[in-house]
Amino acid sequence: MADYTLETEEGRREALRRMLTIREFDSTAGDYFADGEIPGFVHLYIGEEAVGVGACAALEPDDYIASTHRGHGHCIAKGLDPKLMMAELFGKQDGYCNGKGGSMHIADVDSGMLGANGIVGAGPPLATGAALSIDYDDREQVAVGFLGDGAVAQGQVHEAINLAATWDLPAVFVVENNRYGEGTPVEEQHNVDDLSDTAGAYDIPGVTVDGMDVTAVAEAIEEARKHARAGDGPTIVEAETYRYRGHYEGDEQPYRDEDEIEKWKEQDPIDRFSDLLIDRGELTEEELEELRTEIEAEIEEAIEYAQDAPLPDPSEAYEDMFAEMPPEIERFASQARADGGSLGGDRR
Amino acid sequence: MTAQAEIERAEETETMTVREAIRMALREELQRDEDVYLMGEDVGKFGGVLEVTGGLWEEFGDERVRDTPISEAGFIGAATGAAATGTRPVAELMFSDFMGVSMEQIMNQMAKMRYMFGGKTEMPVTVRTTEGGGMGAASQHSGTVHAWIAHFPGLKAVAPGTAAAAKGLTKAAVRSNDPVFVFENKMIYEQQGEVPTDEEFTVPLGEAAVEREGEDVTVVATQRLVGESLQTADSLADDVSVEVIDVRSLYPLDTETIADSVRKTGRLVVADESPLSYGVHAEIVSRVQEEAFFSLDAPIQRIGTPDTHMPFSPPLEQEVLPDGDDVREAIKLIT
Repeated sequence: MADYTLETEEGRREALRRMLTIREFDSTAGDYFADGEIPGFVHLYIGEEAVGVGACAALEPDDYIASTHRGHGHCIAKGLDPKLMMAELFGKQDGYCNGKGGSMHIADVDSGMLGANGIVGAGPPLATGAALSIDYDDREQVAVGFLGDGAVAQGQVHEAINLAATWDLPAVFVVENNRYGEGTPVEEQHNVDDLSDTAGAYDIPGVTVDGMDVTAVAEAIEEARKHARAGDGPTIVEAETYRYRGHYEGDEQPYRDEDEIEKWKEQDPIDRFSDLLIDRGELTEEELEELRTEIEAEIEEAIEYAQDAPLPDPSEAYEDMFAEMPPEIERFASQARADGGSLGGDRR
Repeated sequence: MTAQAEIERAEETETMTVREAIRMALREELQRDEDVYLMGEDVGKFGGVLEVTGGLWEEFGDERVRDTPISEAGFIGAATGAAATGTRPVAELMFSDFMGVSMEQIMNQMAKMRYMFGGKTEMPVTVRTTEGGGMGAASQHSGTVHAWIAHFPGLKAVAPGTAAAAKGLTKAAVRSNDPVFVFENKMIYEQQGEVPTDEEFTVPLGEAAVEREGEDVTVVATQRLVGESLQTADSLADDVSVEVIDVRSLYPLDTETIADSVRKTGRLVVADESPLSYGVHAEIVSRVQEEAFFSLDAPIQRIGTPDTHMPFSPPLEQEVLPDGDDVREAIKLIT
């Protein structure tokens, strides 16, 4: 069974919890980035929570996902631990990638998470590859490749879907159409109205769903998963959603106005889902508030964990390159170990 | 160890071509490990455009020997994702010039995933590809690009110069849990040599081989230029004693074997078909200067492709293609 499914009351509550966790995680990450505590870039998933959570609610725990620039939401939806994620954002040794990946590359292959990705359109070929392993070994899994609307224009995405389609691999490609490819509106990047229309070129199913509705996303992915497991190949699921924040934190967004953002917020995926659960009598306003408080505390704890976690020893910079370390790297590693972890130092 | 010693240690050998040696390696690895499979353009029924995989599809079938669409980024990316999820793909890039088409998946995914994931995945993928001029195939089917891969952190690169090395390196690449590129020079597929038939024979990544011992000058060569350097060494034997080393592994690179040889001979010629600027030659020269500068009795000489593409017309191609005569001239210049 999946970790959570929208078919049970308990599962729906868990889905809501994960959506709230994503929102709280990302808004907190945005704050700490603005304060200069998180290095690099961060790309937030706020507004798109229904897509990642809806998709993962329809997956089994050992299914694979390959993610995008905006990967925090997929990680939480897949069940990764916010503490270890936050530690990774802070560049700490205890982060998921020992501080070598950061926001754009959080990964945990043991959890089926094949990495957020800093290259637009690079995840789908990896998902096709995971689907190839599944097919080759006759395993009962699927591999989901998430991609943004901008990535639909990338050549390697086409190649990946074509390969998965011609080999009938158990893959699903989820296009998160959040209306902007970096700073350019989707209409200026594609001629088709529905990005799922491209499915016709591969003779595979393509559907467009309301990406602000977690149930609609889950139903589409469940269908796509069944299709893939039946040996009938991949499906393209386009989820129409909206990116509340800029492409990256600090993006001044000269390309859109506030009215547009406010209009989309009327369709907020978390409000819609929590209202639905309240209307159905599965949740009370008080319980929702309690849930929010709990999650705020959990993310606060993640921040404390990340702040307190040790930075990596400089010698760790040379670890994890290869299964078998070559002498070319070993000489730097042994020098760094001999230096006792002093920062910087002689490169020779 | 010298290559001769490796061959002598082997209990049984057979004379075969480089092409047959690679095919033997692939067949043995397909038989040994069910996780291993081949994929690429026309590797199956067609047998590979340069006929390296001939007969394997008939023997192992569609699942183990897979024809892909013409989409290098797609199938090299798929091989990368597959390697990260529990299988061991061996992908063929028909001509190394096509590597550019798939370079994103190679440099940003295959090379970086293990590191960026904090070591929490393996990347047991092998990429075989053909290199080199000499067939009149013109610029887009004659490149020697191995310096790109040897230069790029996170990837390992090998380039056999003999049939035995071709078998042993291919098997080591398939067995490695790291991404390994095998660069096969297309002009040596017909070159014959003694090859150990032992199914456990491998050539460890990172070990060069002394193919011919000598006292006066060291020629460090790769691929086709190993054979040509050996012939040149034989032809000069009355005048000068030439030691010839097959580099075999470009990354990791066996600095010790090369530096030891230069300490003995005091002279070095580096012969590799890749373009001369910023490449394999420069790396070997740098390491020798770091390790054995005070043993050098003469300036180091480099033989390679001038910084041109490989032209089509035969006289033009012969003009830029490095060969044994260039090695001879370099040796004469410094001895």
